[in-house]
Amino acid sequence: MLSWFKHKNYPFFWVEYLKKFKTSQPNTIENTRFVVFDTETTGLETSTDRLLSIGAISIFNNVIDVSDSFEVYLKQDEFKSETVEIHGILKDGNLLKLSEAEALEQFINYLGNAVLVAHHTAFDIEMINVALKRLNFPNLKNKSIDTGMLYKKLDGKKDTHFSLDILCNEFNIPKHDRHTSSGDAFITAIAFLKIVSKLKQERSVHYSDLFRTSNKKGLI
Amino acid sequence: MKNTIAERIFDFLKNFPPFDVLEKEQLFQIASQVKVTYIEKGNFIFKQEENPHLHFYIVKDGAIGLYRTMGNDQILVDICDEGDVFGLRPLIQNDHYLMSAKANEESILYAVSVDLLKEIIKINNKVQKFIIASFSSNIKTPYAKTNNGQLFANVETLETIDSNFSEVRTAEFSKNPITCSKNATIKEAAQIMSSKKVGSILIAENKIPLGIITDKDLRLKIATGLVSINENISKIMSSPVITFPKEITIAEAQIAMIKYKVTHLCITANGKPTSELVGILSEHDIVVLHGNNPSVLIKEIKRAKDTEKLKYIKEKASNLLKGYIEQSIPIIFISKIISEINDAITIKALDLSLEEMETQPPVKFGWLALGSQGRKEQLLTTDQDNALVFEDVSKENYKTTKDYFLLLAKKVTNKLHIIGFEYCPADMMASNPNWCLSLTEWKAQFNNWITKPSEDSIMLCTIFFDYNLIYGDKKLTSEMANSIFNSIHTYEIFLNFLGRNALLNPPPLGFFRQFLVEHDGEHKDQFDLKSRALMPLIDAARLLTLSLDIKDKNNTIARFSKLVKMEPQNADLYLSCIDAFKILLRYRTKQGIKHHDSGRYIELDKLNKSEKLKLKGCFKPIKDIQELLNVRYNLSQMM
Repeated sequence: MLSWFKHKNYPFFWVEYLKKFKTSQPNTIENTRFVVFDTETTGLETSTDRLLSIGAISIFNNVIDVSDSFEVYLKQDEFKSETVEIHGILKDGNLLKLSEAEALEQFINYLGNAVLVAHHTAFDIEMINVALKRLNFPNLKNKSIDTGMLYKKLDGKKDTHFSLDILCNEFNIPKHDRHTSSGDAFITAIAFLKIVSKLKQERSVHYSDLFRTSNKKGLI
Repeated sequence: MKNTIAERIFDFLKNFPPFDVLEKEQLFQIASQVKVTYIEKGNFIFKQEENPHLHFYIVKDGAIGLYRTMGNDQILVDICDEGDVFGLRPLIQNDHYLMSAKANEESILYAVSVDLLKEIIKINNKVQKFIIASFSSNIKTPYAKTNNGQLFANVETLETIDSNFSEVRTAEFSKNPITCSKNATIKEAAQIMSSKKVGSILIAENKIPLGIITDKDLRLKIATGLVSINENISKIMSSPVITFPKEITIAEAQIAMIKYKVTHLCITANGKPTSELVGILSEHDIVVLHGNNPSVLIKEIKRAKDTEKLKYIKEKASNLLKGYIEQSIPIIFISKIISEINDAITIKALDLSLEEMETQPPVKFGWLALGSQGRKEQLLTTDQDNALVFEDVSKENYKTTKDYFLLLAKKVTNKLHIIGFEYCPADMMASNPNWCLSLTEWKAQFNNWITKPSEDSIMLCTIFFDYNLIYGDKKLTSEMANSIFNSIHTYEIFLNFLGRNALLNPPPLGFFRQFLVEHDGEHKDQFDLKSRALMPLIDAARLLTLSLDIKDKNNTIARFSKLVKMEPQNADLYLSCIDAFKILLRYRTKQGIKHHDSGRYIELDKLNKSEKLKLKGCFKPIKDIQELLNVRYNLSQMM
């Protein structure tokens, strides 16, 4: 009852967002729109730190589409000077910045029902969900894939933690714009294509395999 | 809104043609709509005959091989690496792909919408020129920057392009050729030809081509009364016929016609003589398509009555070469055509000289081209290197015979000089008594060089081993070849000496990957393309083929191709040597045309970054092949 009541009061963009999950969802890698994204934040504490930027790019039918990309910078009162040297976003820089509400609305519109892909997805999704909560929205409804987990499914890669830098080295991906959200999203997208391609070489890969987190669950 | 990814793609594209001549906004528009794909090694981007995609491609990382399939052969036409564009021509011309593109290593490609580019072509003249130039070969054109567009000066719109770059387009052949059965008489065949108004007729059985007769056969064999018109057609038909698959390009057809000295090619279903006939391609079909063509030049050479005319034709051939280079026609085609023309000129000079002699030659003889002309790699006219071999004669006849051939050689070299082939400064010419020898003398000479290898004799070997019979008796040269191989077998250490010589050519790169330039002399601070880049490959190919007993392969690319087959374990290396050699030969030819010299020395600061990168890319195989020689011939011990 309560959820129905809430539902009624959601702004138009969120209603549209929910609608996109009502129809049947694609079930092959080729038919799925993946949105590879990354966030830059004031720190690593999801409850207190804030989003500074979101960058994303889509993949459809194994092709990264630059025209379907997303890049936004957020106005935040919360600011930590010590992390500036990582992400390079100044409190009052020249970049056009949006409020958190505007930025999230645009991101939700861009995202739609795509499958989210990120390197260590849990953190980035949690940052978005916490921000949504501040604005009284529920969590994201999208399925998600972690390239870090996916990488572990390759032969002989189990049981280690892989940073994006390790992936870049392994796959010869140039580290341009590392630690900008768009740059990292682009790098992650290339890594995603390469991992999926390598997985396909090792065995037949079904759509559902991408979401499993361990080798032991059916992927033999 | 800020778009970091598009900016990064913009930064990449702006270094490479044709994107380097775009307006900033135009390029940003392209960059922001790029699609990025990843291709595993061995996978195809598109295949020959496939319909065009909506995008053309630029290699971001990796290497893409372009292959043409002819019958059962897959011929690697070119390799595209970072910054090279491919797959563009079919999109603009609404044609299918003429080649297959396959990832030779894992690659990342940027795909650009052709519609966007078409919009830009309409308003950007420079892009238009690039497109036209690159179509001529349907391959990458890293050299387009220097293209002055002269060849295409009167090209206003894309619609009129077609006539300009026909060499690698599939040739238009006549379908449903006129045929008759093998039981027909000559008269019946002639009647069919008259009623169908054709100049040739194919003799076929169950659609398999058996032979051909042309107007010329009727003129030479029937009208002269040699053969009766009531005889069976097989009396005068030329058989077997030369067959090709329907994918044959105009350049390939031209080369085949020159090579087999025929005017008609049969097109069959799979290109084999045993498969079904689907059409015929005549020289006339090609001339119609292509005015200033090499077979016309060869004909002119054959008709020439004096050296002045030959000189004029030679100049025309130079223009042809220039045009081919500017159009980025594959270098392998260019060198074949140009060496055929040079050979034809030499033959004509010999014919003219023989006419001037008071008597016929006393015995059989052979005229040999040496060095780069012998290898068929002489694109720019350098000087003449030639030699003469004549049949053994009795002692008492030796002097008059030798004098005869020396006089002949003098006339020939003089004519070649007038035509535009300079005298050899080292006098390595058939007019030199040392290089105008009887067969036995030549055998002794080679044996002497091989068994007593000094620095001089090794140097002479490298020139004389690359001989090619231009004129005269083939038996003489094959006996000579057998004798050379025998000598090498009995004195195998000679190969090690040859190997040491091959490594004497200094490597092209220093420790820090910088170009090594000449330290002093006239060419101070220039890069010696011939001795540092081309010669190491030429020497290596010669040595390896000699040691594997491979005869009749005198051309560097042909030698490496043979090696690929004989040593599959080293196929990758040999293939990369072929690629490097092609690129370097093209560079040298371009340089030579530009500076009106031999193209040997390159001024490094005149090269742009991508040219330098391309050149450096050629040095890796040189280094690798030198290492292979070093190990195989145990050369480190000898140095």
